[in-house]
Amino acid sequence: MNSFISRNSTSSCKPTRGGNPFQNLEKTTVLQEARTFNDTPVNPRKCAHILTKILYLLNQGEQLGTMEATETFFAMTKLFQSRDVVLRRLVYLGIKELSSLAEDVIIVTSSLTKDMTGKEDLYRAAAIRALCTITDGGMLAAIERYMKQAIVDRSPAVSSAALVSSLHLTNVSGDVARRWANEAQEALNSNNVMVQYHALGVLYQARKADKHAVIKLVAKLMRTSPKSPYAACMLIRMACKLLDEVDKGDELLGFIESCLRHKSEMVVYEAAHALINLGRSCTKEITPAISVLQLFCGSQKPALRFAAVRTLNKVAMSHPTAVTACNLDLENLITDSNRSIATLAITTLLKTGAESSVDRLMKQIATFVSEISDEFKVVVVQAIRALCQKYPRKHAVLMNFLSAMLRDEGGLEYKAAIADTIIAVMEVNAEAKEAGLAHLCEFIEDCEHNSLAVRILHLLGQEGPTSKQPSRYIRFIYNRVILESASVRAAAVTALARFAAACPPLLPNVLVLLSRCQLDSDDEVRDRAAYYCAILQQQNEPTILPLVQPPLLSVPSLERALRNYMQTPMDEPFDISQIPPAQTVEEPTQVEVHTTVKQQPRLTREESFMEKLSQIPHLTMIIRDSSLLKSSPVFELTESETEYNVKCIKHTFTEFLILQFDCVNTLSDQLLEDVRVAVEPPEGYTIVCEVPCPRLPYNELGTTYTVLRYPEDVHASVATIPTTLRFMARDCDPATGVPDADQGYNDEYMLEDLEITLADQVRGIGNRGVDFNAAWEAAGAKGFNKLEETFALGSSVTSLEGAIQSLTGFLGLDAVERTNRVQSGAAAHNLLLSGIFRGGKEVLARARLALSDNQVTMQLTVLCQDPDVAELIISSVG
Amino acid sequence: MAILDNDGNRILAKYYDKNVFPTSKEQKTFEKNLFNKTHRANAEIIMLDGLTCVYRSNVDLFFYVMGSSHENELILMSVLNCLYDSVSQILRKNVEKKAVLDSLDIVMLAMDEICDGGIILDADASSVVQRVALRTDDIPLGEQTVAQVLQSAKEQLKWSLLK
Repeated sequence: MNSFISRNSTSSCKPTRGGNPFQNLEKTTVLQEARTFNDTPVNPRKCAHILTKILYLLNQGEQLGTMEATETFFAMTKLFQSRDVVLRRLVYLGIKELSSLAEDVIIVTSSLTKDMTGKEDLYRAAAIRALCTITDGGMLAAIERYMKQAIVDRSPAVSSAALVSSLHLTNVSGDVARRWANEAQEALNSNNVMVQYHALGVLYQARKADKHAVIKLVAKLMRTSPKSPYAACMLIRMACKLLDEVDKGDELLGFIESCLRHKSEMVVYEAAHALINLGRSCTKEITPAISVLQLFCGSQKPALRFAAVRTLNKVAMSHPTAVTACNLDLENLITDSNRSIATLAITTLLKTGAESSVDRLMKQIATFVSEISDEFKVVVVQAIRALCQKYPRKHAVLMNFLSAMLRDEGGLEYKAAIADTIIAVMEVNAEAKEAGLAHLCEFIEDCEHNSLAVRILHLLGQEGPTSKQPSRYIRFIYNRVILESASVRAAAVTALARFAAACPPLLPNVLVLLSRCQLDSDDEVRDRAAYYCAILQQQNEPTILPLVQPPLLSVPSLERALRNYMQTPMDEPFDISQIPPAQTVEEPTQVEVHTTVKQQPRLTREESFMEKLSQIPHLTMIIRDSSLLKSSPVFELTESETEYNVKCIKHTFTEFLILQFDCVNTLSDQLLEDVRVAVEPPEGYTIVCEVPCPRLPYNELGTTYTVLRYPEDVHASVATIPTTLRFMARDCDPATGVPDADQGYNDEYMLEDLEITLADQVRGIGNRGVDFNAAWEAAGAKGFNKLEETFALGSSVTSLEGAIQSLTGFLGLDAVERTNRVQSGAAAHNLLLSGIFRGGKEVLARARLALSDNQVTMQLTVLCQDPDVAELIISSVG
Repeated sequence: MAILDNDGNRILAKYYDKNVFPTSKEQKTFEKNLFNKTHRANAEIIMLDGLTCVYRSNVDLFFYVMGSSHENELILMSVLNCLYDSVSQILRKNVEKKAVLDSLDIVMLAMDEICDGGIILDADASSVVQRVALRTDDIPLGEQTVAQVLQSAKEQLKWSLLK
């Protein structure tokens, strides 16, 4: 205690027992004390101590008001009288801290400028940095001369400080770095490693807008290879960025590879990391990087091991075979004392390992899974998911492991990841379904996350009825109705109704349960129960299934269609089949670890096009009373590197076809006007209108539209259209884009032919959960036309998967009931397809595929209410 | 960059990216979180909230350096080593909480010298220490005026009486 007092002898703050003299500081008291700054002569020790207290308070997150900050700031300026080194340095620190809070901070400019040009090196560097924090755009000019001098100063500290500050100043004024580039260039030759690094930073900042200048800079430095490891790391990053942008770069690649032999580990790792993350690297390029990382795996330093394993883990996703060489080293790391390293090692092994080692690895993970953080558990779960896809036969082991994890403690994100994995496994692997459902049932028994429980109930409702013993799930679901919150109860009611609808034997029992739910305290639950009771009691046909599980329609389209319907006399019933289904957001397969990307609820592609089209005045007339059936994928009408670049999207409406041409002019010395794509309408088609693009400057996207009316005869609708780009070209100044005064000239440019196919006119409806057999029979009963033919598919199709892919792509129909997945090794397959032809004509198709001697034979049966459409579909396959 | 004590409380911390943890409340929750994850196992590196954190502890102090998950772990490590070594030199190898608090001003200056607005300013401990101009506590008598010496003596006397 005594020694403590002697150090802080001048302090007026009472030391607390804990030994932290700063513990019970009060903002107001400390600010009061700051008045001592005004005393003359300045007492450096006392003031330094008070200033430390102020800084400590700020550092602890204490907020100062503008008034308080300004007052303190001005008091602080008095301390410039003292010559005490530490005090002066603390003042700089204080200036930096308060510069954003206090007003009129520029008052200290002259004092700082004096220090910065003074003799004392210790002041100069820090003064520069303080000065730059208070500098604004207006004052920049005043200090510019000093800064330039400082950058090339002999003292590395000063030079570094000036360079770093100029980097910060680019936020104030963008071109600072460029103006001082010459000085930075000189500083780059400095012997001090840090100065070199900072100078490189400034130079890059100065030139980053100009790709060629960066290339030159990198090329020059590559030859001399900077001494500073930091500069080398930065150079590698710059090289990588360039490699991403330019096509060729063998030299750059060579440089990065040579860095693998650098003497600093930091640089070696950076280079290995860079090689691996390079988008286009192939196995040959990453092999040396991997062998370096392999060495790191055996390092003494945990950070190095961690870095190596983390990077290997990443490669394992894309090049599992390349990492196999490291398997032995990775296995040693499983027992690492750092759990993060162990987890990463295991997940990497899971990705690269062989089927036989799965059991052993799982056991090892089980021993420490409870000790790692949720984030890493999610990584493990993702690895298991990948594993399930790779080795479907191992699903029993993995499933058990997952269910054990599901029972452990964990946050929502973690649990959701597990549930997702189980669901994914069930989807790909029919054998795993029963076990998976059982695990999930068990899980919802005590699941504290409502959203997850609702999802699982929904899944049970979908998958449960088709399982071997549907009745066993009823108990689990009804338990939810008794025990859970309203949203879960509502979901449980829906799931129950699905069981009743899909399994008639269960109907009476479920009805009893549902009638009990009608007494629920929550409105939604009661409503649902009443609704289901009513329809389930009324009739008992397979057709009620769609009523129980309403199709997922896209809400904005439904709204628009209903609004249109309200304006009609409402004579005919509303046709719900016109509404496109809601887009199910495809889950990205490789989720970057630890980044939670929030998916915006977005419109489907068709809807966003519809919005865009309806804003064009000429087109509103056409599209007002019908909805967009389908927008085709983008179709390139030119090679990618020609003068003009034209892409086409075909939008199909009931009677019209809108061709959207997206044009890009790649000639910098031309301005195109009145751009249109002339089409020669094939027989039966008529051109309704054209919407030209008035101006198409260099490198901007312009859009022109052509509207065609479909022919009466559907057979004629499949056609090839020759297209030509017509425009008025005017020469212009490449730099400014201002056209020359003289008149332009008309010109045209041949484009490739545009094909209108069957797929353009058909929208698949695969994900509506239709019971295909029921629909098939119902269609037969409704008097749909049935056509059947047998084909031998061409030599290009050698597998069932290939046949399915080309057939769905060609017909535009979607596979239902997951019949697009073929059991591996099967020789025959039944593909069920469904979709809508324009005009709301429902199309059902069944394709029986058989494989023999790499030749696929197909019997295609098509059902459609319009005989012509059915004929068209059959004939277009032939 | 942060220095925490053995209860996970902040002694010094500096965040350079305003987008990560914009308020001091978020910063403190992160620090608590980080501390809970790291104080038991001395494992040097961990990933938390999308940040790579390298750390090192001594007696009752924890030194942390945080960086984005894309950052080169070894660069972070070099900064951490520099931070630790500088503090250690400043405190004459006596790296503990009380010593840090006693020389808080110098430690602050050292942190300022290591990193400026997120850019590594210097990663060599000895040059950092040299730049912060370590106050040599043994010779202040000569520098102090007679009045100051007298005053400090008086204060010392007063304190010892109060005890």
